[in-house]
Amino acid sequence: MAEYIVKNGFVVDPTLGVNCEKMDIAIKDGKIVETTELKSPKTIDASGMIVMAGAVDVHSHSAGPKVNVGRNFRPEDKLNYYKAKSGVKRMEAGFSVPTALSSGYIFARMGYGFVMEAAMPPLYARHTHEEMRDTPIVDEAALPVFGNNWFVMEYLKNHEIENVASYIAWLLRVTKGYGVKCVNPGGTEAWGWGMNCVTPDDPVPYFDVTPKEIIKGLIEANEYLRLPHSMHLHSNSLGEPGNYQITIDSLKCAEGFKANSDFGRDQVLHHTHLQFHSYGGESYGSKEFESKSKEVMDYVNGTDNITFDIGQVTLDETTTMTADGPFEYHLSHMNNLKWVNKDVELETAAGVVPFIYNPNSFIGVAQWAIGQELALLTKDMTKCHITTDAPNAGPVHRYPRVIKWLMSLKARNQILDDCKYGDSVRSQCYIGEIDRELSFYEIAQMTRVGTSKCLGLSHMFGSLKPGMEGDVSVYAYNPETDDDPEKIEHAFGNAKYFIKSGELIINDGEIISNGHKRTFWVKPGMELTAQVNRDVTERFKKYYTVTQNNYEVKEHHYVPNPYVIEVNAA
Amino acid sequence: MSKIITDVVCPFCGTLCDDLEVTVSDDGKKLIDVSNACAIGAMKFLHSQADDRLTKPRMRNEDGSWRDVSYEEAADFSAKMLANSKKPLMYGWSSTNCEAQSVGSTIGELIGAQMDNTATVCHGTTLIAVQDVGVPSCTLGEVKNRADMIIYWGGNPAHAHPRHMSRYSMYPRGFFTAKGHRGRTLVVVDPRDTDSASIADIHLKVEQGRDYELLSALRVAFRGEVLPDVVAGIPKEKIYEVAEKMKKARFGVIFFGMGVTQTLSKNHNIDIAIQVTRDLNEYTKFSIMPMRGHYNVTGSGEVWGWQFGFPFCVDLSRGFARYNPGESSSNDLLVRGEVDSVFVIGSDPGAHFPFGSVKKMNEIPCVCVDPHITPTTVVADLHVPVAFVGVEVGGCAYRMDSVPIETHKVVDAPEGMITDEEFLNMVLERLQKIKGV
Amino acid sequence: MAEKIELNLISGRTIQQGVSMEAGKEKPAYRDACGIIELNAADIKKLGIWQGTNVRVTSLHGTVVVKAIEGLQKVDEGMGWIPMGPWANRVIDPNTYSTGMPTFKGVKVSVTPEPSGKVLSSLEVIEEGLAL
Repeated sequence: MAEYIVKNGFVVDPTLGVNCEKMDIAIKDGKIVETTELKSPKTIDASGMIVMAGAVDVHSHSAGPKVNVGRNFRPEDKLNYYKAKSGVKRMEAGFSVPTALSSGYIFARMGYGFVMEAAMPPLYARHTHEEMRDTPIVDEAALPVFGNNWFVMEYLKNHEIENVASYIAWLLRVTKGYGVKCVNPGGTEAWGWGMNCVTPDDPVPYFDVTPKEIIKGLIEANEYLRLPHSMHLHSNSLGEPGNYQITIDSLKCAEGFKANSDFGRDQVLHHTHLQFHSYGGESYGSKEFESKSKEVMDYVNGTDNITFDIGQVTLDETTTMTADGPFEYHLSHMNNLKWVNKDVELETAAGVVPFIYNPNSFIGVAQWAIGQELALLTKDMTKCHITTDAPNAGPVHRYPRVIKWLMSLKARNQILDDCKYGDSVRSQCYIGEIDRELSFYEIAQMTRVGTSKCLGLSHMFGSLKPGMEGDVSVYAYNPETDDDPEKIEHAFGNAKYFIKSGELIINDGEIISNGHKRTFWVKPGMELTAQVNRDVTERFKKYYTVTQNNYEVKEHHYVPNPYVIEVNAA
Repeated sequence: MSKIITDVVCPFCGTLCDDLEVTVSDDGKKLIDVSNACAIGAMKFLHSQADDRLTKPRMRNEDGSWRDVSYEEAADFSAKMLANSKKPLMYGWSSTNCEAQSVGSTIGELIGAQMDNTATVCHGTTLIAVQDVGVPSCTLGEVKNRADMIIYWGGNPAHAHPRHMSRYSMYPRGFFTAKGHRGRTLVVVDPRDTDSASIADIHLKVEQGRDYELLSALRVAFRGEVLPDVVAGIPKEKIYEVAEKMKKARFGVIFFGMGVTQTLSKNHNIDIAIQVTRDLNEYTKFSIMPMRGHYNVTGSGEVWGWQFGFPFCVDLSRGFARYNPGESSSNDLLVRGEVDSVFVIGSDPGAHFPFGSVKKMNEIPCVCVDPHITPTTVVADLHVPVAFVGVEVGGCAYRMDSVPIETHKVVDAPEGMITDEEFLNMVLERLQKIKGV
Repeated sequence: MAEKIELNLISGRTIQQGVSMEAGKEKPAYRDACGIIELNAADIKKLGIWQGTNVRVTSLHGTVVVKAIEGLQKVDEGMGWIPMGPWANRVIDPNTYSTGMPTFKGVKVSVTPEPSGKVLSSLEVIEEGLAL
């Protein structure tokens, strides 16, 4: 494997305490090494450029059944957004829902080395893995959803944490999943009958547990299993005006729990796309709706066991997709666009609806403002992660634009000044009071240090210390001489060089390799309890429409290049 | 001695039953018996054992007769044909696994092919309708566990998907449906007195081709508005009665078939059937699902979806993927004489395309990759028999509700035979050499 | 014996079509399953033929000889049913109206008795068409 030395760049790495300092970074045998270890390296001249570790994405929807629904039912998403094949690089297509191939290239261009697919329906795990396998370059993993799973709810009815943990361990093994995702706890099962759970205390029809019990139970089981990542939550009543108290009540479920894991994380709860959950008021109207980001952040800043990602609205036409089935139904009634629903036996559901975040509407810009506020009100930036809940709040390729807004008051003011409802947004939200501009150091905390720690991968990613994975991104932006927010966006979206696991993927802006992507999955040490073993066998016989033997995703074709993280039981 | 293999997946229709049991000889070379399968599925397994099965590729001589050739010669011919074509059509892809489909995509991309699958003559109009209005749907297990109202519209599952009713819809006892069929209402909409209609609680004998009107009438009835005395051959009283039953169902589902996709109005029939379902979600929970035909036509659409962004009619000739049914669809391409060679795999357009298209296939170079002798082989210049997917080689397939299931190998293919995937890889290697990549 | 009747033709799957197809389309069983037209008893009477008599089915798009039967799954008077396959596809309407989907159902055809005509095998029915 070739050796590389990235010379003379402005290195930004909070794990080294380095902030735009000129340094050389050495890569050998797929890892970062001391420069003295290189024999005959190829030189990458990073003079006048930013050098960071490869970025880590904590939450996006880039592979799996609902993502593919988004592609196949929106030919218009590709109408003006495609790239021809070129050399080793294959065809690309799709604005808000890029093809799997395109996804890999987009992440590489942004300098991302690891991506978490945020919601995998267990019954469709094989599909999710097929797509991840075909997504080039970036390492990936997927979180199976548990928040509406019949096994989980039945065990939690009697607070049988050991059985929940045992079931989770089994499911991670058979689906090759990474951790515990929980979407609209209980509400999606209720949606099986066309209903929902709108507060954390609404009991789930028939199963008679509450969302709160599900959240707490999954946190407890997650820590019982000592998993690398924490429970990953999308709480009830996403997108509803006035939902912030529901959000705070859901976050409070983490109180009293402490991380129990050998993987270096502190949080027991990661709340995703917090922007959609920080709303006040009673309607979406410009006089009614208000931001409650400060109230939510007052709570989050005071905790030490919660992380979150923002779910930044990017004011684009995009495609929403979530396991929150009832939410997508309501959304389709708001905009009267096409609606796909897919309920999944015993496990979950999904909905997909195109959506236009109109910069000329009040609510679109207010949502945009709330995402910014959450990040700008955060004290410890490693707890706050940049996402667009892609493609829900915006396409994944907009991450660089989000970085631009966070780093530049001028760029933010431009949005507010140019839109019709800027004054209303300034008065109904906190954005007008905030003049903070984040630094490259803080951006690295949000996109490298924080995310890798949150996922339990800080021993591999998010840092340029010797021994880490050889993931290095080089962006053409000179922090000493450049002072244009547009240039920030361009630089972070078009890495000049990108090295992934020691292999040069982007050379002078051109993709020259499809890399050797790996799929990460977690193998918990816990065996099936006798009870869970019996229940699994019985339920497959009676209620599933596939046999138990046909449920398991075998590695060979589906996870051809696995990276298995074995976790010892307590 | 023999052994029994359980959990076998049936590679016939989109029902993709995965509970078959197959008895094979101890050495794994001979398939002896199949249980749990329907008559068609059982025949598919048993036919793999036919004594007269072709095991070698055969090439057409000048005089129309066949001569045996090696797989290497077959791959050479196929690669040259594809490389020399300005606009080749690569059609079929539905009776093979996703692994082969994926290799096919790489080939298609390399040569700028027109890629189309059997949805084009089956549920292609459904795919178009979903692009118009979306689709509220579910997995088949949701139907089994929750549904108390089952509607088959323009389909005859007793014949086309023989185990569909017993496994998923009408007969199984599920979690919230312990009474099985006694707790369910079955409605069949069909202009014929089909075997499925004969067991229905209500048979709406719609006038052929008037499905749109009847669906529209249901939407009127849901809203309590006024209907003419008779719509599409059904008295209004009946329409109001069925509409009321649909609204009062706890969980209902519409399964629809070729009766609506292939009839005039085509995608518009599906549009409104989906709108009927969308309406019903105002009152209760309702889903709708196409009765997909080939066991992996759904998979072909999924694979192309994540690789190109479109489920069928994919035009790769410009270096990026384009989609325009009516232009980039197989029958239109053939009838207009726009393609200059055809590569067929996992389908039999010779039997299932209008004859005018078959005639065009005969006029241009044609390769057919298929275990069977079929009407397509009549117009082929090269016939490449391969191992049966789901019998002699495993691989991923997607059920009609898009649930992916891995099919299994249960017996060895006859000695020397290769799989779709292996043959496609041979063609790909040669094309890469020709193209110098 | 009537010279000719006009029918609305539809095609589609039958279980015999499926089973015989999987057993080999070149075999007589496939012809027996699909080289047929199912008619209403009244239309058979109008044609003045017995069940099992061969008839010629003709549309704007082509013509084919199949065997007329009164199927087990009844069709109404004025309707004809040919199982999907190369026989039906000799006469169905290939127009896709820009959807990609030929019009396999709802094709105007005329049917005339042709007792001396032969129902060809699936391979022969293609060869015959190509020779035209």
